[in-house]
Amino acid sequence: MAETKEKSLSDEKPKPRVRPIVRLGIFLISHSFHVSVVCCTAGVLALFLLPVLAKNTYISENALMPGSASPMLSNQHVSDGNRLVKDLTNPNSKSSETGIESHKIIAQYMLDLGAEVSFHKFHPQMNQFHPLHFFSSPDSGKIQENYSCSSYGINTVGIIRAPHGDGKEAIVLVTPYNALKSGFGEALSLGIAYSVFSLLTQVTWLAKDIIWLVADSQYGEYAAVAAWLREYQTPKFSSLSTPNAEMCPDVNNLFELKGHSISGSKFSNSFRRAGTMASALVLKVRDQNEQFEDTISIYAEASNGQMPNLDLINVVNYLAVHRQGLRVNVEKLWSLLNSSWLKSLGEIFESLAKVAKSLYPKWKFGIPATEYVEGTATLASSLYYQALGVPTGPHGAFRDYQVDAITLEISPKFSLDKVWRNDILLRGGRLIEGVIRSVNNLLEKFHQSFFLYLLTSPSKFVSVGVYMIAFAFLIAPLPMVAASLYVDANSSSNCSKGDSSTPSAITDTDEHSIAIRSWRWLNSAKLVFIVHLWGAIVSLLPYFISQIPDCSPTTSFMIWVLLSILSLLTLNSVLASPLACAKATQEKEWALVKSVTISSVFIGLGLMSVINFATAEIGALLMVPMCLLAQPLKLDVRAGTLRSFCRMICNLVLGHIAFPPAALFLLKGMLDGFGNANVGDFWMWVESLWAWNSATYLFIGMVQLPCWVLCISILFHTC
Amino acid sequence: MVLLQRPHILLLLIGTHQFLQCWIAFGSVNEEGQKQEEFSEELLLKPLPDHKLLAHFHFQSSGPPSTSNGCHHHLFPKAISQLVQKFRIKEMELSFTKGRWNYESWGGFDPLSSSNAKPPGVELWAVFDVPQHHIDASWKNLTHTLSGLFCASINFLESTATYSTPEWSFPPASGNVTYGTLPCEAVCTENLTPWLKLLPCRDKAGIALLLDRPSLYRGFYHSQQLHLTSTGSSSEGIDSGIILEQTLTVVLQPNSEMAIEVHASEKHIQPSWSLSSIFGKQVSGRCVLAKPSSVYLLLDRGLPAANGLTSENFWSNPSFELSANPDRIFLEESSSHSKSLSILYMFQVEKYCESEPFDIGLMWKVPVAWLCQQTPLHASRFLMGSGNERAAIAISLKSTQFTEGFMSANSKDGSCELRVDVFQVVPWYVKVYFHSLRVFVDQQPRAVSDIIEKIHVSPSKDKMSPGVMEVVLKLPCRVNTAALTIEFDKGFLRIDEYLPDANQGFDIPSAIISFPNFHASMVFLEDDSLNKSPLLSKFQEKCPVMSYTEVLLVPLTTPDFSMPYNVITITCTVFALYFGSLLNVLQRRVAEEERFLKAKAAKKTGRLPLLLSKLSAKLRGRRLEPLHSPPSSSSFINSKLVLKVILVAGLAVGWQYFFS
Repeated sequence: MAETKEKSLSDEKPKPRVRPIVRLGIFLISHSFHVSVVCCTAGVLALFLLPVLAKNTYISENALMPGSASPMLSNQHVSDGNRLVKDLTNPNSKSSETGIESHKIIAQYMLDLGAEVSFHKFHPQMNQFHPLHFFSSPDSGKIQENYSCSSYGINTVGIIRAPHGDGKEAIVLVTPYNALKSGFGEALSLGIAYSVFSLLTQVTWLAKDIIWLVADSQYGEYAAVAAWLREYQTPKFSSLSTPNAEMCPDVNNLFELKGHSISGSKFSNSFRRAGTMASALVLKVRDQNEQFEDTISIYAEASNGQMPNLDLINVVNYLAVHRQGLRVNVEKLWSLLNSSWLKSLGEIFESLAKVAKSLYPKWKFGIPATEYVEGTATLASSLYYQALGVPTGPHGAFRDYQVDAITLEISPKFSLDKVWRNDILLRGGRLIEGVIRSVNNLLEKFHQSFFLYLLTSPSKFVSVGVYMIAFAFLIAPLPMVAASLYVDANSSSNCSKGDSSTPSAITDTDEHSIAIRSWRWLNSAKLVFIVHLWGAIVSLLPYFISQIPDCSPTTSFMIWVLLSILSLLTLNSVLASPLACAKATQEKEWALVKSVTISSVFIGLGLMSVINFATAEIGALLMVPMCLLAQPLKLDVRAGTLRSFCRMICNLVLGHIAFPPAALFLLKGMLDGFGNANVGDFWMWVESLWAWNSATYLFIGMVQLPCWVLCISILFHTC
Repeated sequence: MVLLQRPHILLLLIGTHQFLQCWIAFGSVNEEGQKQEEFSEELLLKPLPDHKLLAHFHFQSSGPPSTSNGCHHHLFPKAISQLVQKFRIKEMELSFTKGRWNYESWGGFDPLSSSNAKPPGVELWAVFDVPQHHIDASWKNLTHTLSGLFCASINFLESTATYSTPEWSFPPASGNVTYGTLPCEAVCTENLTPWLKLLPCRDKAGIALLLDRPSLYRGFYHSQQLHLTSTGSSSEGIDSGIILEQTLTVVLQPNSEMAIEVHASEKHIQPSWSLSSIFGKQVSGRCVLAKPSSVYLLLDRGLPAANGLTSENFWSNPSFELSANPDRIFLEESSSHSKSLSILYMFQVEKYCESEPFDIGLMWKVPVAWLCQQTPLHASRFLMGSGNERAAIAISLKSTQFTEGFMSANSKDGSCELRVDVFQVVPWYVKVYFHSLRVFVDQQPRAVSDIIEKIHVSPSKDKMSPGVMEVVLKLPCRVNTAALTIEFDKGFLRIDEYLPDANQGFDIPSAIISFPNFHASMVFLEDDSLNKSPLLSKFQEKCPVMSYTEVLLVPLTTPDFSMPYNVITITCTVFALYFGSLLNVLQRRVAEEERFLKAKAAKKTGRLPLLLSKLSAKLRGRRLEPLHSPPSSSSFINSKLVLKVILVAGLAVGWQYFFS
């Protein structure tokens, strides 16, 4: 492109026109400053417009037919559920220290319904950092350390076989339950699940098997569900060194239960399976609640921002709102709700929409300001949790096996009233029954509706086609700016050369120098590559630091920082030494470095947007302005105009904000005040990220941190 | 009232009709001596341990080789005899099944379960008496014929990718068997009605009268079978005798409404039932054409022992009460491998008539519990792994502890081994890596050669033939658990190869696990009258113990079927761009163009082309101008035009705003 432009400039003869697409490209590159300003503004604006552009959800899969059948859950089943709740909350049942009694009670109740029951013993697996295990599917081949008998959990699993079904598919219902210190809420969630379960043993419409998993949550809800799923999907047939849980005395007690039942074959201590899982529901009841209505919260984010099919959320939302009269909410960033600037922004949009509507009555895109604020808060939390890449509940374990799952958390309004308890059992049970019946209707797995979306309210969503626009606007200027910087750096040096030597006589040495000059960017690319290599090393370091025993988060963080700086210095001295001498000769070196940095950031953001869109979006908000604005401070100081002064200030501010620990510090400060922020927090945060195999960690280590380092190096460039 | 009157008329009609037929039948007896067509109808009822009831209908027609009558028959269905003659079928079995046989509760070791527990959907196997190279053609024709005969999509078994020929691990038949299954075939009354048409009395008289569709299809398991055996040497020509067995096995829940309401303490009592309460109908006399027409009540091997029944007191039993007196009672011949014996009560339907219909009821007085005899190893199969790329099939075998005594009896010579045959067919799009076969015995990985005695593998060919694996395992008798795993890749299909509901996933048909060392048979004492009963003589045959595993559902990658339009559009755009630029490059002559431009600058052309070229220059040149030239007249006009447009639009907006 640059070549053609040069030619067109130098030639005075009328030439055949350059192709329009090339001309457009040249135009954009030459006006890259204006283009980038316009694009970035548009990107941010489009992000803030998303709540306005959100569409109402609709049920896309016809086979779901939610709410078309009247609920069959009657008071009989509710009283069954109540019975279980009473038995579980009975102090006698808690006499045993390991809580085995309550598991026995649950198993006995399941057996009485004619379900197949089995216990699943598991050892809680500590999440560890496996440097190369990002994105790989969970495998069973992990070597287990020696576990003592005391640390194991027991999942109770009940399976109803569909009487007419062929057993190819199953629906999973999960209720986390901690037998040792269970609140009333957990018992109530078991009661709801049991009442649904007792109904499902009698119905004839079942086409898929039902699995009820009572997950032992004493080592965490996620760990229990993940352990069960691991055993379900990737069982180990050989157990060489692991001490069998059967050797432990407590576990043997569990199987005394066998004698109780008449049809003893229904109970087995081996792992039982049903078919391919169609979908899963995790049910929880919150203990205390200070709201005025029965509400139900939906948690859907799984690891790396994966979401279940939107139809699953739609079904729950439709049944809860239109059939059971429950209020549905999804997670919000509460701090945003009271922000005045958001409110005024909402008002501006509202008034704009009013004007537009008065102009042409069919333009109805406006939403009230309060709704806008709520939508933005929901969208922000949706973005945040997706970007974090850490699942928001036990449902995240299912997503690793491509099973659509959500967590439903019911928060009832009163507490401990008999009538109220029956009411919540009835309504919660009918909701679960309706969802299961809808999923049961499905012939195919969930595929009709969206997988890539952001929620702005339980009944409104922004699909991938809309939210990509904001991101596309943000990263669009990057390649242009990179190209224009490259062209500038080349042409400026070209011009200076051109003055010295006569244009008519082209000698061999000149050609040679042009060839060298056109490859000059390789030096900058080398620098960028080295910094990215360093980024990879930095992101591997925590694995070794975590091996150091007895290390507080603060000290490990310090070690990490020290090692990082050390490695950067070593790398620079070892690999970049020839570069330094070459650098001195060129004046526009920083422009080339910036150009290559911007290209690498563009590639990194583009890749990340495929893996986890929300991370890429937030990263782009931070990094794009920093990359675009970066310019040596010396130059700005030398220029001394207002514009360069502004740029300097922006550069300094962005240079601070975009540093990952600083960004986290600011975020934490905004959410819960700066008082209790700690240096070790970042370490802990990073630890949680890699424990959940979050790609955000890789993004920070291999895209954002190198980019920040490069930008800082540009800022302090000596030219 | 209408219900009461209808049988009268029907019976009258049938009676006269059958009188005629009987007369003809007697004629044939006179001609051919003892060779005559026979028909028998029998019903076997068996209470199951989990409060359910098994009803097994068994109809058998036999058509002896008849040279005299040509292709005419008295009782035997003509469609079947034509089928046998046309395709030279030696043996064939077709089963339609809905629901799953519960091997754990309903047993797997008795003749009833080992021959009537079938995989869900349609299963068809046949042995042809034709040369090897004609088998495929015969099979194709047979599937099409059966598909028409039974209103089912059996014709999908026609393609070579769906059927296979097991060599030695398919126990019901050996040698040249062609075997195919359709796991996703739905079974309903439309398949039952043509099946009933093959009976001489259809469902208008006799035991078949009980086949009330709603109560049949409400059941937990429903399997309808058709078994053909042609007897006699076929090489001599067409005249071979045919035996047609039609069986229908259903598992029903007697009066389930009442069972819910009873208290927990009474839940252990088996529900009482009667024929009329289960089927809503009674048997009003036999089908006149049926020679033995009888109903049996079988008390399983475990039950009498649990019940305190012995050979002395089974006439007057305290724990249950029968509403009708049995005509005969048979006791099982004591065999080596079970301590307790089963008891068979026989009722002859002949005695009953329209005014006094046959109805048998069983009322339990005390709670009883027993366990059905299970297969030596309980087999289950499941998928492992996740993702769209690779997965694994695992077959896990678990000891049921049931046949230990039997096994120890076998192991007199010290080296006790349990032989297990596995027959697994996988569709071609499940690309199995046979080298990845792994065997675990009692949670220890074992070398494949140690455990597997014999293996036969025929790898799948894409779109041509399925993969077949036949394995003989030699397990130690004391084995607790054993597992086989084999990995596979999920293949990609062409868009037209996907089934209508492709997003559901694809089925892997059941594997067959059989135990050749074990044979299920039930031999009853007092054989004199038993020889007449085809059902009981079938029980006495030694049938191999086998079980089917679950059907598996493999989710494959599916394209977005709702977007063919987008795909077409994108492809067309890409092609257009490619060919457009290619043609442009090929056509273009740069020197010529320059010359043309110069010539154009030199002399004016006509007015219209000039105008056009100006216009196009304006349109195309607009972008370039801000680059290196000051605003020319054309761009000036352009900005003017834009200003005008903005002015007009602003006016319109203002006007709209003002008036609304």
